[in-house]
Amino acid sequence: MKNKLLARMARLGGLSSALLLAGCELDVLDPKGPVGEGVKTLITTSVIAMLIVVVPTIILTLWFAWQYRQSNTSAEYLPKWSHSNKIEVIIWGVPSLIILFLAVITYQTCHSLDPYKPLEAEANTKPLHVQVVAQDWKWLFIYPEQGIATVNQLAMPVNTPVDFDITSDSVMNSFFIPRLGSMIYAMAGMQTQLHLLASEPGDYMGESANYSGRGFSDMRFHALAMSNDEFNAWVEKVRASSEQLDSQTYPKLAAPSEANPVEYFAHVEPGMFNTIVAKYNNGMVMDKSTGKMIQVQQSAMSGMN
Amino acid sequence: MLGRLSLSAIPLDVPILVGTFIGVLIVGVAVLGLITYYGKWGYLWKEWFTSVDHKRLAVMYIVLALVALARGFADAIMMRTQLALAYAGNPGYLPPHHYDQIFSAHGTIMIFFLAMAFMTGLFNFIVPLQIGARDVAYPFLNNLSFWMTAVAFMLVNISLFIGEFSQCGWLAYPPLSEMQFSPGVGVDYYIWAIQISGVGTLLTGVNFFVTIVKMRAPGMTWLKMPVFTWTAFCSSILIMATFPVLTVAVALLGLDRYFGMHFFTNDGGGNQMLYLNLIWAWGHPEVYILVLPAFGVFSEVVPAFSGKPLFGYKTMVYATCSIMVLSFLVWVHHFFTMGAGPDVNAFFGIATMIISIPTGVKLFNWLFTMYKGRIQYHACMYWAVGFMVVFTIGGMTGVMMAIPGSDFVLHNSLFLIAHFHNVIIGGVYFGYVCGMNFWAPKVLGFKMNEAWGIRAFWFWLVGFFFAFMPLYVLGFEGMTRRMNHYDNPAWHPWMLIAEVGAVLILFGVVCQLMQIYVSIRDCNKPENRDVTGDPWNGRTLEWSTSSPPPVYNFAIVPHVSSLDAYTHDKENGIDTRQAGGKYEAIHMPKNTASGIACGAFALIFGFAAVWYIWWLAAIGLVGVIGTVIARSANKDIDYYIPAEEVARIENEHTRKLMAQAAE
Repeated sequence: MKNKLLARMARLGGLSSALLLAGCELDVLDPKGPVGEGVKTLITTSVIAMLIVVVPTIILTLWFAWQYRQSNTSAEYLPKWSHSNKIEVIIWGVPSLIILFLAVITYQTCHSLDPYKPLEAEANTKPLHVQVVAQDWKWLFIYPEQGIATVNQLAMPVNTPVDFDITSDSVMNSFFIPRLGSMIYAMAGMQTQLHLLASEPGDYMGESANYSGRGFSDMRFHALAMSNDEFNAWVEKVRASSEQLDSQTYPKLAAPSEANPVEYFAHVEPGMFNTIVAKYNNGMVMDKSTGKMIQVQQSAMSGMN
Repeated sequence: MLGRLSLSAIPLDVPILVGTFIGVLIVGVAVLGLITYYGKWGYLWKEWFTSVDHKRLAVMYIVLALVALARGFADAIMMRTQLALAYAGNPGYLPPHHYDQIFSAHGTIMIFFLAMAFMTGLFNFIVPLQIGARDVAYPFLNNLSFWMTAVAFMLVNISLFIGEFSQCGWLAYPPLSEMQFSPGVGVDYYIWAIQISGVGTLLTGVNFFVTIVKMRAPGMTWLKMPVFTWTAFCSSILIMATFPVLTVAVALLGLDRYFGMHFFTNDGGGNQMLYLNLIWAWGHPEVYILVLPAFGVFSEVVPAFSGKPLFGYKTMVYATCSIMVLSFLVWVHHFFTMGAGPDVNAFFGIATMIISIPTGVKLFNWLFTMYKGRIQYHACMYWAVGFMVVFTIGGMTGVMMAIPGSDFVLHNSLFLIAHFHNVIIGGVYFGYVCGMNFWAPKVLGFKMNEAWGIRAFWFWLVGFFFAFMPLYVLGFEGMTRRMNHYDNPAWHPWMLIAEVGAVLILFGVVCQLMQIYVSIRDCNKPENRDVTGDPWNGRTLEWSTSSPPPVYNFAIVPHVSSLDAYTHDKENGIDTRQAGGKYEAIHMPKNTASGIACGAFALIFGFAAVWYIWWLAAIGLVGVIGTVIARSANKDIDYYIPAEEVARIENEHTRKLMAQAAE
């Protein structure tokens, strides 16, 4: 009985979300990567589980409100009735069971969708490492392995896990690409991690999901997912730029700017990301592999403040 | 001499503000002129401003809340209009500097000055009457609380015309709210408004806690206490436990800003997440501080209009208490995305969804209170049924966001905005308006107009769905909160629908103002007057005394022998009033100007501290402390109402009751 009901509800849920999808582009429910897929499944499952209580509650509310109106004298009236153990068991029991079910999937998905957990890749695919710095009001992307950096444009090969290290050189922001899944805060002096993967090529909107001041609304970037060859060509294009990012040019970039255009830097000083984290952290930065704090070379810091 | 205050602080270059200022000036002069013309200053001063009577303070709190509603709603509709216009290259009509102040002010005003003031108004309305007390435990503190709240609201509004308000959101997250990123006076206005009103709220919490513990009528044991009083009690405990945390968090931010300290700065060892933890350790319980009393209202209204006792009274009490305790264990769900480990997130996520169990039980209790009842549809019952539908949806979206995995894509999106308006409008606001309609005849002596009340309900309900359902969709489309323009064409149609919703809610607000106007205009019509003191066949003690109650509430303190004390007495032919009994002289607190004086000095202090006018700040601070000391030394604070006077008032009421019965 219950299974039938569940199946029917799942169908109904699927149908209505399909209708909605036809009408508009629901980025979060039409993901282009495994993280987003996981979140989508989680959202649909939890909603269906809750509808088991929510739909009857709303129907009962409207039904009782209508059935027991004063003018309906044919309805039964029990002016003293105010307690029933049977009903108490049901109204505590059923919601508790649903919450128990949700608690289990919450615990599981907290682990399976943990933004800090590296994603599994196909054999021979090396993850791409990108360091993200939120600035006033733009995003700086450093590719330490390629030795390049960009502003407000993030490129990645499809089906390749991307390991993000995220910090801020200003106020708090949140790094978010709705089509790919989870977000995480960018905070000065700290580094957060996020692992995403794009399974389809495309130009996805990226944004800050935490208000950061006057230029916040334009703090957007394009996340470009492309084939491996296109990605390599893109790296070459960035390398062809005449701009360089080092401790001399960095302050100019970090100065507040609004609706900043895309910028390419052919070369970025090694250790730039650590230096940015360390300048708010007494010159220390956490080593990801060991979890220990290490000192960042002072020479690199000169001129950055 | 004037710190950083200069003529350039007056935003003469912003036409919207100049227009608003002129409007406020005209209305203000008109109101003050009318009061002077009719010579009502003495009356206002003696009967209202210096009054320590909880019923008078209740009315003043609710008037304050309605003024805050007007201001906060004006902000809301300005934001919706901006976002309906500002897409695809069109900057809209509000520059970021202005827009960012509006959303910060909207949140601050709606929570601290609409919701909190309305809630305190309802506490004052009903709690002493419901427990058979003659006033609250500390009548002077009650008056002081009101003035602290009122002047804090004035301070927020002064920022409109002198300087600027905060542009950091209603919780002023650092490091954005630090001196480095917000050097203006906006955050300082915010800080002092929160601190001054925080004093008022904390005193309210203490006051009602003590009142409920110590001043219940004889026989009213804990499990014979009406549910609204229970919720006020739990709310007061939450206020006492959490408002000091808010005060400390904001004070530390103030130390950073005023003395260059480094609690939450980027550098110097500060940590912004410390602020987030502190502010939400207050902020989450705050949600329950607001919504529990709304639940209390429904627990009184639904039985009264269903003609039945509340279903599962004890369950309701246990559910309320468990929500109170659980509300302390969930604050991290406001920032799952800070990068805490999966186990931490799972703990706070599961703790959050557990709250939905007692909350759901409450809903079912109201549902089964209606079951096999005889429901009379007065305006308040419309708000109650509307609440049950709307709040259920809000509860579901809340649990969605409580699952950290889902929250990683919904956090800070318009989905979040839709969710909390769903529970705050559908729960808190519907509840308070319901309570106002329900208890107005008790406090004012006349019923509120039904037709306008029902119209207001429908506009609010339909407007709510139009205004906020599109925001759920926009959340799924990846739109985040606090943007002042956007270029995604897919978002625009939903924003237009939301604007329609905002306009519908505007009609709802207008209907509410009309309801108040028509109710006052028609207050002397016999069908509106409440002679019996019991217009709804109520179940609890407040309905046993006259409407409006005499200043002492109860001539003879009633004796309680069961739950729903008044229904019990009515069914057993007991005269709760004990009319014609032996009256004794009643000990009452005297009115005092100390509260309004403290408030005025606090306002001076707050304004001066915002602008670094230190000599004036010193005057304000010394004034506040001096007034409190002077008040403490004053022994002439009470008086007795002679027994003959009590007898005269009571016999008068008895005569009216008999005349009514004879008709």
